[in-house]
Amino acid sequence: MSGSREEVVAAIVSKFKETPGPLLVVLHAVQNELGFIPPEIVPVIAAGLNLSRAEVHGVISFYHFFRSAPAGRHTIQICRAESCQAMGSRELEKHARQSLGIEFHQTTADGQITLEPVYCLGNCACSPAIRVGDAIHAHVDSDSFDSIVADLQTEAVEVKS
Amino acid sequence: MITRSKVFVPRDTTACSLGADKVAAALQRHFRVNDIAVDVVRNGSRGLYWLEPLIEIETDKGRQAFGPVYPHDLEEFIGARCWEGNTDFSKHLGLTEEIPFLQKQTRVTFARVGVIDPLSISEYKQHAGFAGLEKALAMSSQDIVSELKQSGLRGRGGAAFPAGIKWQTVLDSESAQKYIVCNADEGDSGTYSDRMLMESDPFCLIEGMLIAGLAVNADQGFIYLRDEYPLAHNVLTEALVRAREGNYLGNNIQGSDKSFDIEIRLGAGAYICGEETSMLESLEGKRGEVRPKPPLPAVKGLFGKPTVINNVISLASVPTIINQGAACYESYGVNSSRGTLPFQLSGNIKQTGLVELPFGASLRDLLYDFGEGSRSGKPLRAVQVGGPLGAYLPESQWNTPLDYEAFSAIGAMLGHGGIVAFDESVDMREQARFSMEFCALESCGKCTPCRIGSVRGVEVIDRIKNGENTDENKELLKELCATMVAGSLCAMGGLTPYPVLSALEHFAEDFEQGK
Repeated sequence: MSGSREEVVAAIVSKFKETPGPLLVVLHAVQNELGFIPPEIVPVIAAGLNLSRAEVHGVISFYHFFRSAPAGRHTIQICRAESCQAMGSRELEKHARQSLGIEFHQTTADGQITLEPVYCLGNCACSPAIRVGDAIHAHVDSDSFDSIVADLQTEAVEVKS
Repeated sequence: MITRSKVFVPRDTTACSLGADKVAAALQRHFRVNDIAVDVVRNGSRGLYWLEPLIEIETDKGRQAFGPVYPHDLEEFIGARCWEGNTDFSKHLGLTEEIPFLQKQTRVTFARVGVIDPLSISEYKQHAGFAGLEKALAMSSQDIVSELKQSGLRGRGGAAFPAGIKWQTVLDSESAQKYIVCNADEGDSGTYSDRMLMESDPFCLIEGMLIAGLAVNADQGFIYLRDEYPLAHNVLTEALVRAREGNYLGNNIQGSDKSFDIEIRLGAGAYICGEETSMLESLEGKRGEVRPKPPLPAVKGLFGKPTVINNVISLASVPTIINQGAACYESYGVNSSRGTLPFQLSGNIKQTGLVELPFGASLRDLLYDFGEGSRSGKPLRAVQVGGPLGAYLPESQWNTPLDYEAFSAIGAMLGHGGIVAFDESVDMREQARFSMEFCALESCGKCTPCRIGSVRGVEVIDRIKNGENTDENKELLKELCATMVAGSLCAMGGLTPYPVLSALEHFAEDFEQGK
């Protein structure tokens, strides 16, 4: 899609307007398209779906998945749930925060990696699990985490050059 | 006709997380470049996860299994030319069906899972697929509902409510519009049976929803799928397209006067949306805040209309029940827990994976006969059954039979069949604290005991940790838990105390001062 953010969002809204209970569908489409849901387009969505801005904001803020600010180039989700805890995810979490120098919900200074917690990826048979984009990784420890991160960074350099 | 040999490489989240996509791509490339007449079939997973990526080769005697075949094992696999029937490869496991972990199971709902190409309608039909639908199309709505009631099927999502009674309520509710909603928001840690079924046998879920539609006169279904399952989303989306092309969805299904269609709606990372009323709110595009009951969703559900809400496994059990008859399904199990449950072995277990068994086996059987103990090699110490709201069980309780009532009698629950094992290195005070922390993170905020109680719970456990008035704070924690159990609107606040109290009761030493 081309055009300004407002145009992109207006097109999404008009596409799903007649869908029953459309707000989540619209928000997913917007985030898919723009990478996040900019606060300034909330009024466009609200007006298009005949909702108040408060209602739209309330839904965006309720769900962990929706972002109001852009993420880094890659988002790494670390599973914090029990099965992964049983296999060392607490240490993995600590290692990830230290090695990237950020906390959960933050992005590295170079804009490459955003770190997010997640509560179960359904990969509990091979814990600990992390998700990068749509790829799930199994049995992740500090070493494999570092090599996954290194691969992402190489990829970024290749894309740039 | 010359039949080409087949090599099966699973396309399943866990198999792929271990390299199955890379293995499949490398094999395809090898066969193409060398002009070898072998097809790589992307089946689902058998659920023997410690052996994934598990490659299978079709032979006269059955399928030969090899695993785990990681990308770096391919050179040896290719060198041995295993697809020609050679088994001289260090990771040969024998015939798949004879691997004890699988052989000892009773695969009813998961009969096709890992066997067929998930997206092939013709393979689905060769394995009894759509046979239940065919029967249901010739039955009255009431007969379908009666059959389900007789089967004894109870909701597999966790609450274990009799599915037939729910369907009867929806059938009896007068409305021109009714809905079937599939709860595919499998958020419990340690569970993956819904994901597996959707990735490995999606037509089974579609058929179950269709039969539900016929049973209660609904023509629209929704699958509320969690966003954390990208592959399941992908497979289901394609399966819906193919089902429409095959006239299994849409109008005049298979020449009948019945119509039914299904839409997938994605969740957005909120655990609470697995609670049925919160899920309805979310489907309506709102904050996933829990609704008070009554009215029951069966009377006033999605968009205010009568709605059947069932979990993936409940719905996927329906085609077999209708095809083979309620008596057959009901013949499995014990007491009022009839049929089979796909248990999921997770966490610190050597042989993890899906184990479908009739109700009545013991946890010990699962942990040791199937699981072979811990992965770390250290003794197992605590087992959480039924997800983050389920109790932690000490070894003294591992002989409890796996049935709904027996578990409820010890203050535990089977839930969705997830089993998470911890070895002796676990700190149960930290686990109790996490239960409260998770509740605070995921509470919808509608009721006070859950929203505030969970925050206070974390604080009280921290005070115990810091040695501040330990005994008084333990009492306070128990009182707080009692309030949450009695006063919460739904299972989130109402059940969070179970893991907390079980940790405090059975692992009291972890709450001692100075620990």
